[in-house]
Amino acid sequence: MNFNIQKLREQFPVLHQQINKKPFVYFDNAATTQKPKIVIDRLNDYYNNENCNIHRGDYHLSRKATEAYENTRKTVQSFINAQHHHEIIFTRGTTEAINLAASSFSKKFVNKDDEILISAMEHHSNIVPWQLACQERGAQLKVIPVNQNGELIMDEYLKMLNEKTRIVAVAHVSNSLGTINPIKQIIDAAHKKDIPVLIDGAQATAHLKIDVSELDCDFYCFSGHKMYGPMGVGVLYGKEEWLEQIPPYQGGGEMINEVTFAKTTFNQLPFKFEAGTPNVADVLGLEKAITFISSLGYENIQKHEEELLQYTKKQIENIDKIRLIGTAGKKTAVFSFLFEDIHPYDTGVILDNMGIAVRTGHHCTQPLMDFFQIPGTVRASMAVYNTKEEVDRFIDGLKMVRQMFG
Amino acid sequence: MSIKDIESEVISEFEMFEDWTDKYNYLIELGKSIKKIDEKYKQPKYLIKGCQAQVWLHASYENGKIHFTADSDALITKGIISLLLRVLSGRTPDEIINSDLAFIDKIGLKEHLSPTRANGLTNMIKQIKLYAMAFKAKNKQDPNR
Ligand SMILES: Cc1ncc(COP(=O)(O)O)c(C=O)c1O
Repeated sequence: MNFNIQKLREQFPVLHQQINKKPFVYFDNAATTQKPKIVIDRLNDYYNNENCNIHRGDYHLSRKATEAYENTRKTVQSFINAQHHHEIIFTRGTTEAINLAASSFSKKFVNKDDEILISAMEHHSNIVPWQLACQERGAQLKVIPVNQNGELIMDEYLKMLNEKTRIVAVAHVSNSLGTINPIKQIIDAAHKKDIPVLIDGAQATAHLKIDVSELDCDFYCFSGHKMYGPMGVGVLYGKEEWLEQIPPYQGGGEMINEVTFAKTTFNQLPFKFEAGTPNVADVLGLEKAITFISSLGYENIQKHEEELLQYTKKQIENIDKIRLIGTAGKKTAVFSFLFEDIHPYDTGVILDNMGIAVRTGHHCTQPLMDFFQIPGTVRASMAVYNTKEEVDRFIDGLKMVRQMFG
Repeated sequence: MSIKDIESEVISEFEMFEDWTDKYNYLIELGKSIKKIDEKYKQPKYLIKGCQAQVWLHASYENGKIHFTADSDALITKGIISLLLRVLSGRTPDEIINSDLAFIDKIGLKEHLSPTRANGLTNMIKQIKLYAMAFKAKNKQDPNR
């Protein structure tokens, strides 16, 4: 079965507008995806009809909201195929998920002169929390190098795993290049030495089926807003054995069992890590995003996006003086590039005037830009609702840039 | 001519453009032909950080007037800089301090000056005004300069 792209687009109100009198082309999906009506309606519905605080009130609406919230936990559990629903921790997003894991894990397991392994293509969100943890614990941050195609150098990685390594944290998919990393191999190699692995899945969940049981990863983080869900909600998946052992991240309501001024005992999983009133509305919105993805099926999503990838690749390579950054064998429909003689900012301005939204800059991956010795790139990142006609407009835009800058 | 006169001049130039491509082609031309900044000023001390495009700005004070030269690694940014300096360079500190640069809005380039834009222009204007205030203060202490 393939889906009807026009029908699909009708579900996304924001796509149907004109920018500068031209049809809006949204190619900044790696920053955030647009939201389908079922997600938007869910938020509305919650605030119109269901709003209450959860886990607290013993009255009808509160019980209902609590149930809906906890049901979403189960939906997420089966979405990523986790063993237990209490292994799903709701956070504000990937950033908070990584900060939680980095902070709590390192407090318990990282000590002086230990090593934490990340990669050269990480988003700042998967660099800075580990840097902070290293500073606090007196540990060392080690970086897996990438090659000129923007792929991890696996031989180097294998050599870097040693008895001092406490955890490995890498992206499933690179946000600035689209590279799909061989995370199964990464996880297996680390596990041979009993080293746990955290996967930053922010750029993966909109495009690839995630099965944390099969991957056997120890932590997996993602954001709702990058997978057709609302902003302000994300997930930390952690294996029960780790979540049980590591200390709470924030203190407050919900996460306690008993509080006296002398001592507090903490609530069980997952509540131990969900201090304070949770973001109920957006969690419920996330459930609908999962419904949306499931209704399409990852096979169809991938097939469509792969077509866009190949279609774009063929045309963009023929444009004069374009340098593609990130040419991995396995990648999502992300094009990071620059004209050799035109600043990415200038390219972005012209495309913007043509109604085409792309991102320009370093994409929160400054170390990676330094590696390629460029100030940044122009990044076009696609999602399931994008079309070949939009790619054509984008290519016309690039030709226009070429023409205007001579 | 006053700052306002030059602003009007720029506005009428831009009124002739039929669509956005004319406007941006003009900015690109301006960017290419901007008066070159002395290479020795292209160093961190004169750099105004934008998140993406960088701007270098140098100021000198002579006979009560401030002269600016500037550069950027992005051409459109450079074109806008050229317009800003056409209006602001060679002016007294007071003229600069009191200018509101309303012409930028009238020629439809205001979006380039929004603080969230990563091109360094907002910070450049701030820096220009700071120079004006600094030279004014200095001048008061030492009126014969
Ligand atoms: C690979 C990657 N990791 C982490 C993040 C941070 O996600 P969020 O801002 O939703 O917390 C992003 C967002 O751009 C990302 O692309």
